[in-house]
Amino acid sequence: MSPMARTAPVPAATDPAIIRNFCIIAHIDHGKSTLADRMLQLTGVVKQRDMKAQYLDRMDIERERGITIKSQAVRIPWEVDGTAYCLNMIDTPGHVDFTYEVSRSLAACEGAILLVDAAQGIEAQTLANLYLAMENNLTIIPVLNKIDLPAAQPEKYALELANLIGGKPEDVLMVSGKTGVGVEALLDLIVRELPAPVGDPNAPARAMIFDSVYDTYRGVVTYVRVIDGSLSPREKIQMMSTRATHELLEIGVSAPEPTPSKGLGVGEVGYLITGVKDVRLSKVGDTVTTFSKPASEALAGYHDAKPMVFSGLYPMDGTDYPVLRDALEKLMLNDAALIYEPETSAALGFGFRVGFLGLLHLEITRERLEREHNLDLISTAPNVEYEVTLEDKKVVHVTNPSEYPSGKIAEVREPMVAATILAPTEFVGAIMELCQTRRGILGGMDYLSEDRVEIRYRLPLAEIVFDFFDILKSKTRGYGSLDWKADGDQVADLVKVDILLQGEQVDAFSAITHRDKAYSYGVMMTGKLRELIPRQQFEVPIQAAIGARIIARESIRAIRKDVLAKCYGGDISRKRKLLEKQKEGKKRMKMVGRVEVPQEAFIAALTTAEAPKDKSKK
Amino acid sequence: MTPSALPLGDPAPADGILPAQAAVGAADRKFSLYAHIPFCAVRCGYCDFNTYTATELGGGASQDAYAETAVREVEFAARAMVASGLPARKLSTVFFGGGTPTLLPAGDLTRILGAAVAQWGLEDGAEVTTEANPDSVTKESLQELYDGGFTRVSFGMQSAVPHVLKVLDRTHNPDRVPQAVAWAREVGLNVSVDLIYGTPGESVADWETSVRTALSYEPDHISAYSLIVEEGTKLAAQIRRGQVPNIDDDDHALKYELADALFTEAGLSWYEVSNWSRTPEDACQHNLAYWRGDDWWGIGPGAHSHVGGVRWWNVKHPTAYANRLDKGESPAAGRETLDADTRAMERIMLTSRLSEGMAINTLSPEARKAVAGLIAQELVEPLKAFAGTLVLTLKGRLLGDAVTRALLD
Repeated sequence: MSPMARTAPVPAATDPAIIRNFCIIAHIDHGKSTLADRMLQLTGVVKQRDMKAQYLDRMDIERERGITIKSQAVRIPWEVDGTAYCLNMIDTPGHVDFTYEVSRSLAACEGAILLVDAAQGIEAQTLANLYLAMENNLTIIPVLNKIDLPAAQPEKYALELANLIGGKPEDVLMVSGKTGVGVEALLDLIVRELPAPVGDPNAPARAMIFDSVYDTYRGVVTYVRVIDGSLSPREKIQMMSTRATHELLEIGVSAPEPTPSKGLGVGEVGYLITGVKDVRLSKVGDTVTTFSKPASEALAGYHDAKPMVFSGLYPMDGTDYPVLRDALEKLMLNDAALIYEPETSAALGFGFRVGFLGLLHLEITRERLEREHNLDLISTAPNVEYEVTLEDKKVVHVTNPSEYPSGKIAEVREPMVAATILAPTEFVGAIMELCQTRRGILGGMDYLSEDRVEIRYRLPLAEIVFDFFDILKSKTRGYGSLDWKADGDQVADLVKVDILLQGEQVDAFSAITHRDKAYSYGVMMTGKLRELIPRQQFEVPIQAAIGARIIARESIRAIRKDVLAKCYGGDISRKRKLLEKQKEGKKRMKMVGRVEVPQEAFIAALTTAEAPKDKSKK
Repeated sequence: MTPSALPLGDPAPADGILPAQAAVGAADRKFSLYAHIPFCAVRCGYCDFNTYTATELGGGASQDAYAETAVREVEFAARAMVASGLPARKLSTVFFGGGTPTLLPAGDLTRILGAAVAQWGLEDGAEVTTEANPDSVTKESLQELYDGGFTRVSFGMQSAVPHVLKVLDRTHNPDRVPQAVAWAREVGLNVSVDLIYGTPGESVADWETSVRTALSYEPDHISAYSLIVEEGTKLAAQIRRGQVPNIDDDDHALKYELADALFTEAGLSWYEVSNWSRTPEDACQHNLAYWRGDDWWGIGPGAHSHVGGVRWWNVKHPTAYANRLDKGESPAAGRETLDADTRAMERIMLTSRLSEGMAINTLSPEARKAVAGLIAQELVEPLKAFAGTLVLTLKGRLLGDAVTRALLD
């Protein structure tokens, strides 16, 4: 058994030979954070009493959802055969929306632990990240977690992992992050199996940024992995993509609390603080060098994060617009992938069109805005970016249905994705049917094991941003998993469907859909709105239209009775409380023309699930 | 009438002393008494009132001992009011509700009334009402009530149609109603009948039959309530299980309009959303006290009271109620002391229900602006509004809560 390291290697004076940089590739819920916590505990870097579950997941939302949004890096000492090693564990985001961040985290490592739930097997996102790791020539240590679970099938999934990475099933390590079984063996294996980093200590400094986090007190904290040369405190550093220079105010390592050091040498992982307030000035993937002795060539692999999904964000209460603006400004400091610009909606007033990496990024951003800034928000249906070429050859990029040109359109191009779906073989039919209705084109199919299959489809991004994943989950009884990456664009026959309340177009409900689906979208939306909008004192016709042509219609009958028949002595307190509640409810209503529309109606536009049937209208 | 679920409020002290605000301006307010009689022969499927069948209770809570217990609260109330600095006021109205008050011997009811009159006195010509089940009265018992000081009886007729009465679990024979009404008139009592519309399975024709039948008895007053399905009732469970169709607000609206037309044609006028009377004097003065924000003390388990912006309610169970009074403690379970804004809100909520209306100049500037919109929506009478009073139109009566909300924004 390996003891805790008695003396930890000192940063800036660490021989690369005793450094091991690794990350953990795992699917949400497969126990990555629990395993990481257990490692921190075993190596003694986090005292028992400071331990809170999922130590590395700092944000509340991360802890609640059990996922890692922003990665972190921790320096862990571990002794093997009398030598104290320095292990840098680089945490990676686990979600498909953050593929680029994952690729940069992987680029900072020499090895990766492939962590798979012994009761569930590998999932598509894990597979995608595993491919990225292999592309980066990382050494992979396959590990099955949760072997303590009664439902665990370690033999079956060990075989699956061995098939994937080309090894023997018996080489797969069995651990339980929960009980701690196998974790020390894993730490030993990391030291023995993973290569030490290699770099030129005398070359000009090159460090890759793999994460950049805004901290209220310290400004932007930039996490780097030094490839060549070294960085020292009070040095002027330069970002190679922009040539911007910054004073290095502090340099250090996370152990796991920030600990200033005398610098960082080849192979080391740590943080930089420059006093910069905007993460955009310290972008993930960029190369840091020194101003006095700059490197001539940046490290490969840097590119700007590109938003894929756009949605309008509007405050429920129009007077909250400045609050939302300030909140977005603040959030942007910490999220280089977030872009936004002001827009106005006839229905919703002043708001912002915000670009996101994906739907989860949208949801998390919205939740953070609401929670951290006490805002009540309406987000419009998510939209991808269309390239519309008019007959006069003018090209318009449309991220908001209300900007869809009304003139003569020559061609519309929509973004496509290459999607990988993993599921038990019995669901192949259901998955193919789903992808077919989403205009998918089958790319191929491979058996991972006897009863698990990988299916590849090329799909329009617009078809998967709404509810594709939810439906996939329900069609595969929760076993299906999805990963996707951008895959060019294609010409498509698209139309804009407008929704009209009382004859007035509500821009927030407009959607761009394939022509074949316009009718069903119209029927679905009008039906849903009929259920969700309460009866008003007048009849409210709801229509769906393509241009001037009405394709679906519904109507909400006028309310005729809204009074408590009986109101005597004993009813008064009760009645008053009911009215107070109704008054509160009214605050959650948005006036669209004369019609009171509840917030749920706008939220409902986010999903295409069937409206609840047979709900009696009040 | 006391609903079964009590509100959440502040604790009420055992000595029954009211907060200081209760006495402010009391000399200018009328004072009424409500007496709750928590007994029924059977519990109706739609009813969520605080009531018990004869076999459910014993001891001081039993039917036999109830008058004794109620008198004890009358005496407690009189002492607590003096101790709270309230001026001596004669009773403006008295109302016995239930439950079924007439399940008690007439002598018990007159005894409780007598005790109240002995404590506070009664204004000249004061209205004294009891609710009654048509099955539980005789000419003799009505005579005894009249002789004991009652002036008015309100019969729970509900419907004239047997299959509707069956859904409501009402056991009385509809043919008994005209007889009971006739006896009441003969002994000199003013007569009201209660109707319920919108019972599952009731057709519009059924309802018309009930309205016309009620009118044929020529009562001085009719109350007509839409059926409210209260949580926890047998009817709510039957609807949830699909054994009985759910109620329909549109059906209720249509039946309300029909009833209002037939009542008006027969010479009755609405004076509150669910109440019509032959002459203004026939309007139920006791219920008007509720809507006008006057003071009243409610005795009996679960009964609610209101004095000068303080509302309180008694413990629900008759046994707990009797035990409190045995110990000389207030039977109040909780209370709330309303601030000025809440009182203003209640005033709008309650007075907007009345045909006498609400003085527009007592409204906030924002609410006064909202009146124009209510006129445009045909919810309030324009001419009355021009003259400074807000009175609901027929459409407005059906959308009364929307009007209240508009005035509270």
